[in-house]
Amino acid sequence: MSASQWARDLGMGIRFAFGGGREGWIRALLTAVGVGLGVALLLLTTAIPNALAERDRREEARSDHTFSQKVVPKADNTLIVLDTDTTFRDRDVRGRMLEPEGPRAPLPPGLSEFPAKGEMVVSPALKELLASGSGKLLRERLPYRITGTIGEQGLVGSQELAYFAGGKGLADRLEHVSGARIDSFGNPELVPSDPWDPVLLLLVLVVFVVLLMPVAVFIAAAVRFGGERRDRRLAALRLVGSDSRMTRRIAAGEALAGSLLGLVLGTGFFLLGRQLAATFEVYHVSVFPSYLDPSPLLAALVALAVPTAAVLVTLLALRGVVIEPLGVVRTARPARRRLWWRLLLPLGGLAMLFPMIGQGDDGGEFNQYLVVGGVMLLLVGVTALLPWIVERVVARLGSGGIAWQLAVRRLQLSSGAAARMVNGIAVAVAGAIALQMLFAGVEGTYTAASRYDVSRAQMQVHVPDGVELASTAEKFRDTQGVRKVTALAETYLADKRTDADSLVQVTIGDCAALREVATLPSCRDGDVFAVHGAQYDTDTARLAKPGKKLWFDSANEGRPGEQFSWSVPRDIRQAQPREDPTGTERGGILLTPGGPLPKLASFAEGELYLSLAPAEPDAYEYVRNAAARIDPMVDPMVWNSVESNSRYATIRTGLFVGAACVLALIGASLLVSQLEQLRERRKLLSSLVAFGTRRRTLSLSVLWQTAIPIGLGLLLAATVGMALGAVLLRMVNLSVRVDWPGVLSMTGIGAGIVLVVTLLSLPPLLRMMRPDGLRTE
Amino acid sequence: MTIPAGSLLTAQDLRKAYGPTTALDGAEFSIHPGEVVAVMGPSGSGKSTLLHCLAGIVPPDSGSITYNGREVTSLSDAERSALRRSEFGFVFQFGQLVPELTCVENVALPLRLNGSSRKEAERTALAWMERLEVDELRKKRPGEVSGGQGQRVAVARALVTNPRVVFADEPTGALDSFNGERVMDLLTDAARSANAAVVLVTHEARVAAYSDREIVVRDGKSRDMERAV
Amino acid sequence: MSIGHTLLGLLESGPRHGYDLKRAFDEKFGHDRPLHYGQVYSTMSRLLKNGLVQVDGIEAGGGPERKRYAITEAGITDVARWLATPEKPEPYLQSTLYTKVVLALLTHRDAADILDTQRSEHLRSMRILTDRKRKGDLADQLICDHALFHLEADLRWLELTAARLDKLREAVTR
Repeated sequence: MSASQWARDLGMGIRFAFGGGREGWIRALLTAVGVGLGVALLLLTTAIPNALAERDRREEARSDHTFSQKVVPKADNTLIVLDTDTTFRDRDVRGRMLEPEGPRAPLPPGLSEFPAKGEMVVSPALKELLASGSGKLLRERLPYRITGTIGEQGLVGSQELAYFAGGKGLADRLEHVSGARIDSFGNPELVPSDPWDPVLLLLVLVVFVVLLMPVAVFIAAAVRFGGERRDRRLAALRLVGSDSRMTRRIAAGEALAGSLLGLVLGTGFFLLGRQLAATFEVYHVSVFPSYLDPSPLLAALVALAVPTAAVLVTLLALRGVVIEPLGVVRTARPARRRLWWRLLLPLGGLAMLFPMIGQGDDGGEFNQYLVVGGVMLLLVGVTALLPWIVERVVARLGSGGIAWQLAVRRLQLSSGAAARMVNGIAVAVAGAIALQMLFAGVEGTYTAASRYDVSRAQMQVHVPDGVELASTAEKFRDTQGVRKVTALAETYLADKRTDADSLVQVTIGDCAALREVATLPSCRDGDVFAVHGAQYDTDTARLAKPGKKLWFDSANEGRPGEQFSWSVPRDIRQAQPREDPTGTERGGILLTPGGPLPKLASFAEGELYLSLAPAEPDAYEYVRNAAARIDPMVDPMVWNSVESNSRYATIRTGLFVGAACVLALIGASLLVSQLEQLRERRKLLSSLVAFGTRRRTLSLSVLWQTAIPIGLGLLLAATVGMALGAVLLRMVNLSVRVDWPGVLSMTGIGAGIVLVVTLLSLPPLLRMMRPDGLRTE
Repeated sequence: MTIPAGSLLTAQDLRKAYGPTTALDGAEFSIHPGEVVAVMGPSGSGKSTLLHCLAGIVPPDSGSITYNGREVTSLSDAERSALRRSEFGFVFQFGQLVPELTCVENVALPLRLNGSSRKEAERTALAWMERLEVDELRKKRPGEVSGGQGQRVAVARALVTNPRVVFADEPTGALDSFNGERVMDLLTDAARSANAAVVLVTHEARVAAYSDREIVVRDGKSRDMERAV
Repeated sequence: MSIGHTLLGLLESGPRHGYDLKRAFDEKFGHDRPLHYGQVYSTMSRLLKNGLVQVDGIEAGGGPERKRYAITEAGITDVARWLATPEKPEPYLQSTLYTKVVLALLTHRDAADILDTQRSEHLRSMRILTDRKRKGDLADQLICDHALFHLEADLRWLELTAARLDKLREAVTR
């Protein structure tokens, strides 16, 4: 068989694909769109590793304070960098204050000159946010004049919020806050980049498999539709003398045409998606379009594999078909479908995933190939099992009305075609259900893992050294949206002057604040308490004895300097432990401000626990602004679960949109094949109407005809999806919890598609049932 | 034209156009119970349209159709469907048997549309299939039987409700002459013995020869040859 | 139809009396027109003269109807040759109907009417033949079919002519 012969036949098929009039075009276009979406997704997948590597590289290049304790002396090439990261609503803002100490101070990537004091250079996304109405509160926190934007090489994503502000006298603050004196950016001692968080890796892998599988199934179905009309065309070709192999090649050429056009569309979709990707943020990760650069090898592989697969699927589909000059004969009666190898697929998938159960705990790694293989096998298992299930169930479906009988009989005769139609939907729904379960589970841990009692406080502010606690607490009390402030100062006392064996915690606060951390018998200013019996506390009973001399050493707080003794007062009273807002029981000594605390208070670390008014959604921002006014280096900590919930909501929405798009695409192909089927039965429908069949009966039978396989498909999809979801949850060591809203909404969307397809095919059906169909053309 | 006494189904001055093409242009028709009337004419003359109008499948643009004293043109679509279900039977050239249903289910279909139980409908259907000598096909699907057999199944289906009028549109059009005549034999025999009228649209003279009389449709106008002579 | 060859063929299965021959002929082929005795005698004497048959025996009482005839070798050859020779198809070039149609057109009468009436008449014969065919045996069916097909051929010609009346009118009245 010569190559030129192949080329000629394929070329002929390509011409047929586009030469079929409007209908042919629509079919070719639909195939192409399906293939195109698949190709775009494939290209994106191949580009993702590059994008992440690029992000890592840039993050590396701009890293400033190394964690190595290397001390750089002040010189004309040094720069002071202070960490002023903050959070706005649910988004992180990377903040740095810079002060060059000489003319040769290193410029951070993306900057052309240092901002002066009171000025800042911002990322485009931050600039936009600050200019917008919703960024007003953040603008208050960053009162600097904007003098420029950070270049792309200084950012790790298009949507990253970042700024560099200029400062003076920053060197003095190095002691107290996070920051460093550096002579260069970037980390010369290359730390091997962190391995991916296994859970995140799992999510990414599963998302791609779940999104790609239905597309693959759709491509397989897409190259097969238009079957009957194509069959007639092929038969006509046989009649004029093409042999059966030539005919097959021509059919393959038609499929090739769709997939080639799909490649073109797919590249377009990808380029479009790349630009669009710059405006998206997923899991707080955004990218620049230039990051999404598929490796040429993988791209070439996609370009080669997709058309090849299209041709192979067509040849495979034509295997059971004999194209005769006078028509196409399906090989007599297809053999009854066997169960065992169909079961083998999902079981194989489970077997591949099984060894990884519990691996996602900490530091465990997933074998990517096993994950992808296992998920794929499970989902492919849906497409393998569904035809078997449809065949068996439909064969058993009993009598009913005429509509039912017509539908059931039709399904019995061609259960394979029916199952093929809904395969895509079933796979998409199964995958989406599994993903939702995984997301819901993962998200659940983020909120459940916190021991913080968010009913008592929602934010914690660490007051830096050198800032007075009481007045700071007062400032927060005056802040909008703050209901209650619990101010506590904490430090430690040792049993000996040097080489302490044991330490006892000292907590200083007013009576109301102390009641948050212990159950006090009564309290007046000046009281001293010892908390006995707190969890994990063994030293308090021994050390907090009346009259005992304890020692304070400021070196314990990381500050040079002072040592002094402190005697436990005679009137120290006992208090019962209570869980403090952070969820722990603390022991040790409690002091009220009026008590004996000569110098202790000035060395204690101040912590503020803030309780916010739930009615004020921006309370967090007011608190952060208040903190920034006190000191830009103060970054209050949020205890709430609101953040993760909203993040989950966006992912869930995203998943919905993705799944809905895939389903809509499949729905469109469903509609096309449905209409095609109806058109072929036009004469029959007309004659049924002629002898008095009610339109309702026929419409209902069309509905049943789709609803029965879809119902079975969704049932199977829900089962497999939940099983897969359960396995995935077990893999990351989470308890299995079925996300019923997710299951119901996904199956609901699937069912909705059927309804829409049926509704859309009704007008043509009614038109076809008109007696005109009886007229002989 | 005056309506002949004892007519079961008559039509007067029927007019029907499909877009710019005039299919019927003042056609007339009448048939008695038990009578077989052939409607002849060249293709495109409007003979199928006449049948569709008479059977209440297509409403004419104007004119009147009377069945058993009722004016068919004033019936609603649902009423006409009910009339077709209960009083009429149909045989077409092809494409009329539901390919998914077995032959006996196909024959039983009109009875089930009329509300009979499945069992009862299939028993009656089988009796008619015996009569048309196709009872051995009961479990087969239409795709598995020959054209002549399929057409006989269709005849059984047309007669299964004991219709007063059977409408046959080129019932032998897809058959060879031997099978065609066999179908005509069985159809006219069965119809006559049930005293059902048959409206037979055909362009074949040898098929028309099974009728009692013929009318000729040309350019949408009908000519009743018996009354003309 | 060649009566001589038909009678010869009937003799091939064995010698027969002239009376038997007539009966056999009428039964098989003479549905509408039985043979006269005279036709049998004259035909047989011609065959005898040509040596295609011979007299096998004469029964007592004399008379031509008592003669028993048998076929000769030459007769058998003659039958074989006749069967093997195809019949010349009838040309049907002279048609009264055609003449009537043309005359109607020339005299501006309604030619379609003539054709419709003729169709009706043809159909009437066809109905009778169809009816006889349905009630008769295989021989009846074949005979009637032969006639039906011929009538059908006429009718097809009628339809074709009806469809071309306008053109024909142009052609004959020019």
